[in-house]
Amino acid sequence: MREIIIISGKGGTGKTSLAGAFAHLAQEKIICDLDVDAPDLHLLLQPTREREEEFRAGHEARINPEKCDGCGLCASLCQFGAIREDGAGFVINPWRCEGCKVCVAFCPAEAILFPEKHCGNWYISSTRFGPLVHAQLFPGEENSGKLVMLLKQQARELAKARGARLVLCDGAPGIGCPVISSLSGANLAVAVTEPTPSGRHDLERVAGLCQHFQIPLAVIINKHDLNPEEESAIESFCHHAGYPVLARLPHDIQVTQAMIQGLVVTELPETEFTRELQRAWSRIEALAERSR
Amino acid sequence: MSKIAVSSEGPSLDDQVDPRFGRAAGFVVVDPETMVTEYIDNGRSQVMAQGAGIQAAELIARAGVSWVLTGFVGPKAFQALNAAGVQVAQNLEGLTVRQAVERFKSGEVAGAATADRR
Amino acid sequence: MIVAVASGKGGTGKTTVTASLASLWEGPLIGVDLDVEEPNLHLFLHPILTGEETAHLTIPVVDEATCTYCGACSELCQFKAISVMGRLILTFPEMCHGCGGCLAVCPEKAITPGQRELGEITWGTAGRQGFLMGRLRLGEAMSPPLMRLVKARLEQMLAQTGGDAIIDAPPGVSCPAINAVIDSDVIVLVTEPTPFGFYDFQLAWEAFAPLNKPLGAVINRAGLGTGAIYEFCREKHLPILAEIPYDRAIAEAYARGRIIAQISPELQGTFVSLMAAIRGLAQEAAHA
Repeated sequence: MREIIIISGKGGTGKTSLAGAFAHLAQEKIICDLDVDAPDLHLLLQPTREREEEFRAGHEARINPEKCDGCGLCASLCQFGAIREDGAGFVINPWRCEGCKVCVAFCPAEAILFPEKHCGNWYISSTRFGPLVHAQLFPGEENSGKLVMLLKQQARELAKARGARLVLCDGAPGIGCPVISSLSGANLAVAVTEPTPSGRHDLERVAGLCQHFQIPLAVIINKHDLNPEEESAIESFCHHAGYPVLARLPHDIQVTQAMIQGLVVTELPETEFTRELQRAWSRIEALAERSR
Repeated sequence: MSKIAVSSEGPSLDDQVDPRFGRAAGFVVVDPETMVTEYIDNGRSQVMAQGAGIQAAELIARAGVSWVLTGFVGPKAFQALNAAGVQVAQNLEGLTVRQAVERFKSGEVAGAATADRR
Repeated sequence: MIVAVASGKGGTGKTTVTASLASLWEGPLIGVDLDVEEPNLHLFLHPILTGEETAHLTIPVVDEATCTYCGACSELCQFKAISVMGRLILTFPEMCHGCGGCLAVCPEKAITPGQRELGEITWGTAGRQGFLMGRLRLGEAMSPPLMRLVKARLEQMLAQTGGDAIIDAPPGVSCPAINAVIDSDVIVLVTEPTPFGFYDFQLAWEAFAPLNKPLGAVINRAGLGTGAIYEFCREKHLPILAEIPYDRAIAEAYARGRIIAQISPELQGTFVSLMAAIRGLAQEAAHA
């Protein structure tokens, strides 16, 4: 069983659009959307939910105004500026509360509650391309990576149960907790980049992260015709670092047109773009087979 | 022979080994000679946003076992178990608790030198 | 006035808008890059950097000679950064959120403050303006601790300049994005009218509207996609402060690292109006 994760570093390079197309091209797989903060893959796959679960993680502190005597010790201890005066007592701002429990532990009046948080929901759904494991964090919640790990675990268990050989994941942008969790245990990371200064800069950082966690990396240059000089620079970087460049895709309005129709680009009439994408997928499969 | 713990989907010897360590449903603590068991629920670790593995390691250390049999252990939990002097045997998923213990008794199980990078 | 430029979806044009606004802003300004995971603002503003510091988080260091293994620290820690098992105490510095709880709760005062490296904070000037950015160390999982330290430095810098600041926020709607916008006076949401852009924009609205700050939208790549986003803005009484047309020439200029407000008089006009609209939004809120 192999796990492939599509990442980008920079947002907006086409990660989800390409992940959707690969979900179409791949055989016997479980699809997983690990961008739990702003998931978009479902907009292409139109999932039918078969299982829905609550995701609970962490806690938040809440002052009971009836027991609070206004001593202010909580506010002086809080390292996150989450507690301020409110009339005779104090109040906690849920947007700033880190859930560390320090105020709860030290309040002399035991006036602070510490309920668990329902941070989002996760789902196992069916789609025209196969099963999809996905989630939605409620906006504003902490994206600690726990939900990402949970989804990966669910996808692996489902793969085992259904005899699928592949877990294909749409990852999150950036290099923080969610991306680190996404990379954990993956056989291959495929970074989708674009030939712009930001695209190159962010690719180098996410590549550094893959090095740090020893995850093999391959690269796809999307919208490659936007800037030949930047494209060369990216190719040069990949060549020196040993990352195979699997495809150079032209900037193609078809990708957006497919998105608007709720389709993946490989479901539209064949073009040079889709042919290059198919070649890229074959190369990805071959690389994933060889890894580990 | 001192007691061993097996990550488990349920409380009995005939339950499946839970492949996860940190977020296992629970641990069956077995005296390999008498096959007497007790069950430790791991719910407290499961609810943690981070550090479930470390929490589970604390549970195991308190139980006074010398070995943990499981599927895979993450690097932090591995570090904690190591420090506590608990040996770790990995890759035992797919077996029942009883089968895992029998393998241990017959010497077929090796201690892991590093965490399985999964 | 502190303006935060945010979005739901990545790649909609936050940095593009921030850099363009900074290039023509009237009055003293500090351009701030709070997208510490993937900072890009410097690629467009080309600042001259005059200072740098390594940012750290305070983490626990245990003096085992004094420690009695009572476990109070381990009991309190919500993040399993400190763990007591029998007569063994371990710390996991990368798990620590810097809450100071273990340091405060230890009855033997056996825990002292140590450090974990978060990343770098650098500052300087870009033309007539100030510049400030954070860059997360590769392998550091959390961005909010570094973001807080960058914001603290911004406060110091603003105390000296007395002007405005524009913050380039990270994408998304979870804790890093909230952290970036929570201390601002106005939030500008940059989006695109594609289905992904619209979906994530709705998430952004859900995340940021409860913060009760003046909120306005900038529609980038206007003309691509559908009209659903305009309908949504009408419904939520969310003012559209500017529209940037979908134009390959703009994409190519961006790909060359150009500030798009400088590409044409029309685009410059768009951003001058945007600046005025942002000021207007802030003033309305101040008088409300």
